[in-house]
Amino acid sequence: MSQPFQMPRFLAAPRLLSPRLSLAQVPLIWQFAVIIALGLALSALWGGALRWPEAWVIPMRGWITRFFEWLGEDAGIGSYKVRDLTRFLADLLDQPLTWAEYLLYRGIRPLDLPPLPWVSIVLGAAILGHWVGGWRLALFSASCLLYLAVFGLWRDGMRTLTIVIVAVPFAVSIGLWLGIWAVRSRRVAAVVSPMFDLMQATPHMAYLVPVVILFGFGQVPALIATVIFAMPPMARCVILALQTVPPEITEAGTMSGCTPRQLLWKVQIPAGKRILMLGVNQVVMQTLAMVVIASLVGATGLGQQLLTSLQQLKLGAAVEQGLGIVMIAIVLDRVTQAWANRPTDYAARGRSWRFRHRHALAFGAALIVSFALAALFKEASVLPKRLTVTFGTQMDEAVRWFAKVSYDYIQPVRDFITVEMLIPLRDFCLAVPWVVVVGLVGAAGLRLGGRGTALLCMGLVLGIVLFGFWEPAVLTVYLVFSAVVICVCIGLPIGIWASRSPRVARPVMAICDTLQTFPSFIYLIPVIMLLKVGDLSNIVAILAYATVPSIRYTYLGLRRIPDVTIEAAIANGATPRQRLFKVELPVALPEIMLGLNQTIMMALSMVAITALIGSRDLGQEIYRALPTADTGRGILAGLSIAAIGIVADRLIQGWANKRKKHLGVG
Amino acid sequence: MNHTRITAIALCAFGAMPALAEVESDEPIIIVQNNWTSQLVLSNVLGQMLESKGYTVEYTPSDSQLQFSALANGDMHVQVEAWEGSMKAAFEKGLEDGMVDAGTHDAVTREEWWIPNYVLEVCPKAGTWEGLNACADIFKTAETSPKGRFLGPPADWGKNYAARIEALNMDFVAINVGQAATLWAELQSAYDREEPIVLFNWTPNFIESKFEGQFVDFPEPEPACFEDKAWGPNPDATGDCGAPSSAWLKKAAWSGMAEEWPGAWSVVEKMNVNNAQIARAALLVDVDGMSQEDAATQWISENQDLVDSWLK
Repeated sequence: MSQPFQMPRFLAAPRLLSPRLSLAQVPLIWQFAVIIALGLALSALWGGALRWPEAWVIPMRGWITRFFEWLGEDAGIGSYKVRDLTRFLADLLDQPLTWAEYLLYRGIRPLDLPPLPWVSIVLGAAILGHWVGGWRLALFSASCLLYLAVFGLWRDGMRTLTIVIVAVPFAVSIGLWLGIWAVRSRRVAAVVSPMFDLMQATPHMAYLVPVVILFGFGQVPALIATVIFAMPPMARCVILALQTVPPEITEAGTMSGCTPRQLLWKVQIPAGKRILMLGVNQVVMQTLAMVVIASLVGATGLGQQLLTSLQQLKLGAAVEQGLGIVMIAIVLDRVTQAWANRPTDYAARGRSWRFRHRHALAFGAALIVSFALAALFKEASVLPKRLTVTFGTQMDEAVRWFAKVSYDYIQPVRDFITVEMLIPLRDFCLAVPWVVVVGLVGAAGLRLGGRGTALLCMGLVLGIVLFGFWEPAVLTVYLVFSAVVICVCIGLPIGIWASRSPRVARPVMAICDTLQTFPSFIYLIPVIMLLKVGDLSNIVAILAYATVPSIRYTYLGLRRIPDVTIEAAIANGATPRQRLFKVELPVALPEIMLGLNQTIMMALSMVAITALIGSRDLGQEIYRALPTADTGRGILAGLSIAAIGIVADRLIQGWANKRKKHLGVG
Repeated sequence: MNHTRITAIALCAFGAMPALAEVESDEPIIIVQNNWTSQLVLSNVLGQMLESKGYTVEYTPSDSQLQFSALANGDMHVQVEAWEGSMKAAFEKGLEDGMVDAGTHDAVTREEWWIPNYVLEVCPKAGTWEGLNACADIFKTAETSPKGRFLGPPADWGKNYAARIEALNMDFVAINVGQAATLWAELQSAYDREEPIVLFNWTPNFIESKFEGQFVDFPEPEPACFEDKAWGPNPDATGDCGAPSSAWLKKAAWSGMAEEWPGAWSVVEKMNVNNAQIARAALLVDVDGMSQEDAATQWISENQDLVDSWLK
């Protein structure tokens, strides 16, 4: 489940009232026409209104790059350098990582202690599963880990698991701490909340460059990048959880004489457990989403192997490695969720010590047995290659066969869409002067949100222009817009269909989960084979990922409509069609709009990944910044993507709020 | 049970002692890994050689450009394949920052336009740039029409093919991909359908063991090509030439390596492979489907004399 990306709700705007004619009374379409005419006229007079002159670009990019170089090399007080501090931090973080490595795959070499044999980890997963969730979860966890062993992914899986089991507690505790702090102090909340918005709207890859400059290459920088990305959802959930604790509970706690510390840890946090666990779930998902990307800065494991497989055109192997990541994600998710919902084990009360500690004892026994087995049979420590299976080659053959057979049908469609639709749309987008865009965004913001929204949106667009990212930003908007339109066209009907029957809903939701956890890099290769390098490939790759929220939120929105509302519609004699369009969709509108919002965010974050196909958009700028260590380029391009996301979010939310008021819902 | 285990551990510990005592430092030697096969196998070959001498070895993946700054400041310690064609600038920058050039392999490398052999059936002279240009038409796609499409490397691999196309007045448009895998996906798809395609490729890599084809010959570059307009086929332009047809392949290392692990440094310095040996390393993985570790073991046993001479 993906956490709704919520921008702080826009406060009701003051109505703009002028004594003579209110701007709000002029139809938006007329305002737009005037802005377009003025903008075109201006750009005819002055070329700078169409393309901001290169010489006038604020050299922020170079400043940021040099600042980070200075920070990484020379900055410091006296002989103490920032560099020493970051190295010290890195060494500190290296400790838990090293221990996890020893345990999971490396062993302690000087003492010649072997790592945990795979048998013991699979058994351990089963015992853990049984402890928190019973036999079903036990079986499930064990078979997921067994998959890693049987498909020959064990060592890489353990490498990935190492980073994950260190990153998750880190991200959770930092998030918890920041969240509590933000709830207690308004000033902190005012700083932290918009920062989280920005952090989540910025693509993962943009974090990598500054992390590399400050922390170098390897497991530790990968860990840091992962924690930075995975922490905000946790903090957000903590804030939400603490704020929604019913006041009665807090009062009851105070009346029983809790100290503030007791009140927090014994009353409020347990009361908000459900939302907190959603945060933990998000941390786990985001951590695994970073697995592949973190391998660009030196993380070893499944992510790195997956990229190598793709590089060698071994799609099948990459799919198996990707599934390995999904398996780890699912097990961690199910186990943490089950642990949170675990009922108190009343049956165990009054039973023997041995019964109460049966899981720990079982694990101890499993450890001893598996170490003994490993000492006797090598197969029990790491499954040798001849005992593993792979369907990689068969999958490769199948994809090639499909590409070959379907190419003749797909080719004309591809050419038509590319030449007749996409290229003209792209040329049109590139030809629009930036002054027109700033004007239109401002007018729309004023009408939908108010003066604050208008100023914010105009400022963000202007920033993109002034820092010299206009053209890649326009290309990004063009790709994302095309993709989002298609996403909604696909997602809305599927969401409606799923909401009508649980038989459809179950497989659809399972596919959605898989699509989102599956490393998106894999979609790229078949897309290129079928559609060649070009804008359409970019769009289709974005679709595979970004359609999910559109389906999910439509489904959730429709499912949450109260039965009475639908019964009232039926009682009033609405036809099924009327029921859908006049009752259900309008009532579900807030969720559907949230889904649209999410779709845009997902599409924007995919842009950095589709850059691997080849494009000239902001994603490419981010991707290119990494090998050249051009921090300014990476950060500014990342922020430009965030800016586009924020503008879209504000305008859509403004529109949805107006619409809701108009319909008298929500 | 427990007892046996402890005995086993103790035995192992004693067994390992003598080997570990020989080396100068127990600190792990970090070998850089990139994302193409021959590099992965050769770095494993080096790793296994060093491990046989008792050193502790770790592998860290890295980007092909950023690795040199990591080597310069000691975050990583040795790289077995540095290519002139795509890494020259970053390599030289690394040398300035304190990285060490650990010698040149016998192998020569080439990065150039490349066509599958079936293209020669429809365009027999496509092996040279003039001949290829005469059939530019067969390479056109919907976006590039009426010009042909050249599928180029990622924009920052230090090559500007658009400029070369212009300097040579060719009827091609360079479409740059974002990464190498994209090139291979396009090649695989076109190859299965025998569709004409011309794309960026390099040798040695695994492509030559999976696909039959050849490089397109361009005028051999000389310094004058980039300075003197009169030089080359186009009298009015600089840059009217190709990439060097035999470029160097080097090893690179952290400057502190010779001091920290003198024995390992000597192995790195002596290590030297030729084109056939590199292609063989890649083939073991890409065609025979071995893992990189197994391929390295196999490669060592096939080249035992050579390896022994490096280990001496």
